[in-house]
Amino acid sequence: MSRTTFFEVEILDAKTKQQLCFLDKVEPHATIGDIKGLFHRLYPHWYPARQALKLDPRGKSLRDDEVLQSLPVGTTAIMYFRDLGPQLGWTMVFLVEYLGPLLTYLLFYFRVPYIYSHSHAFTASPHPVVTLACACHTFHYLKRLVETIFVHRFSHGTMPLRTIVWNCAYYWGFSAWLAYYINHPLYTPPSYGDLQINYALAVFVMCELGNFSIHLTLNSLKNGSRNRKFPVPTKNPFTWLYFFVSCPNYTYEVGTWVGFSIMTQCVPVALYTLLGFVQMSIWARGKHKAYGREFKDYPSLRMAIIPLIL
Amino acid sequence: MSAAAAGTSKAAHGPDVASKKRKGPGALATAYLVIYNVVMTAGWLVIAVGLARAYLARGSYHGLYYSIEKPLKFFQTGAILEILHCAVGIVPSSVVLTGFQVMSRVFLTWAVTHSVREVQSEDSVLLFVTAWTVTEIIRYSFYTFSLLNHLPYLIKWARYTFFFVLYPMGVTGELLTIYAALPFVQKTGLYSVTLPNKYNFSFDYYTFLILVMFSYIPLFPQLYFHMIRQRKKVLGQVEDYSKVE
Repeated sequence: MSRTTFFEVEILDAKTKQQLCFLDKVEPHATIGDIKGLFHRLYPHWYPARQALKLDPRGKSLRDDEVLQSLPVGTTAIMYFRDLGPQLGWTMVFLVEYLGPLLTYLLFYFRVPYIYSHSHAFTASPHPVVTLACACHTFHYLKRLVETIFVHRFSHGTMPLRTIVWNCAYYWGFSAWLAYYINHPLYTPPSYGDLQINYALAVFVMCELGNFSIHLTLNSLKNGSRNRKFPVPTKNPFTWLYFFVSCPNYTYEVGTWVGFSIMTQCVPVALYTLLGFVQMSIWARGKHKAYGREFKDYPSLRMAIIPLIL
Repeated sequence: MSAAAAGTSKAAHGPDVASKKRKGPGALATAYLVIYNVVMTAGWLVIAVGLARAYLARGSYHGLYYSIEKPLKFFQTGAILEILHCAVGIVPSSVVLTGFQVMSRVFLTWAVTHSVREVQSEDSVLLFVTAWTVTEIIRYSFYTFSLLNHLPYLIKWARYTFFFVLYPMGVTGELLTIYAALPFVQKTGLYSVTLPNKYNFSFDYYTFLILVMFSYIPLFPQLYFHMIRQRKKVLGQVEDYSKVE
């Protein structure tokens, strides 16, 4: 004779605390994902991806794979619901976020009419560095697209619509702004000529390779066992930056854009680099603190993003 | 100094205050803020008096800016300290919001009125200076009394009522001033950088000013309605409390 104690799940709105639904006869081994499915049937416009269910109205959202009976609840579980807003699948998100700048820049490179004065429509710049910059910029975003499709594994399946709109405005807008100057008929090539361009190109390429190496390393980490490990240097010399920083992918990304700034000697690019550096430093410090909290044997030499400094 | 003691004793009641995530300014911070707000109130009163005296002396509204130019610059620029207050945490306001408000005033004072001499004799300058003066006198005295836990209802009422007229008045004055500055900015290329140059950068201050003017369209209604909502919240409770808190 099997006795399955069924659970009851009461879902309240996290803000108003009103009861949104009461589910009875829920299997104890049901997952949060299953519960979200049931909730979706009652409220069809709240598809599971936009539901956040929590045990505490202000706490963290429960993961979809968590099992009901393993949660710290009695047989009547009270959960709080928050609407995350419209969501978009991550593939769409990154395709849009990265294709935008890639294509926008090309519009300026080919001097599509109405951007510059009419006499310059569809002309080419006499400076080789302009073509080089276009190649680098295009390569950078192609690499990101390839990584998005083939390399990265994302923990959240979706992203809220508002975030995407803001991100797109930022990426597209900045890329248009810096492309405008680099491809302008009155563009001035770098003061130190080929020496400056080649040096900057070397930095750019090294950092792109470095960034890619780190992404591969992080990917192999997520393939591993359930036990979480923090990333460590491997045989690849590019990963040796892990001796010094927690987030070398961000370090290399900043390096890429520093290289691009020096290559083009263009203030808008430098500004974009600076803003990117500020944002990535914030992310890196957050990640660094999280690593420190989660792993007791975390190397103390490591900083967040800049070796020995930040 | 009983207000200061009240400040510290509030912080001492740990659990319920901790749930608000902020302990409130300590005794020293409260004293500093009181002094700051008193000084600012006095400063803007000086500007008000300066305006009145100049008007009475000249008999016309024209060119009153020159009589209060220095205190206006000093006290309006001094308001930058308020951003610091939020950043440090002794004032529970958003750094971004305060920063935005203060910098927009500073922008108008220095980057428009000071920089484009030709607009200084415009009547629109008097319009926004008057609006700012009345607003700031009320606002800083409001803060002063609040910090001392002795806020006369009249000040609270004034703060949340005068804005109905002062906001549109100030905005009109500001917009007209920027508009008046446009031809001079375009003619002289003020604060503008053109191509070609070594750093491949350009900035057209004229276009920038036009964009600033357009930005008033989404921003002003938001701020205005925010104040209206605040008014309902703050003055709506008047039936529950006595006139002097």
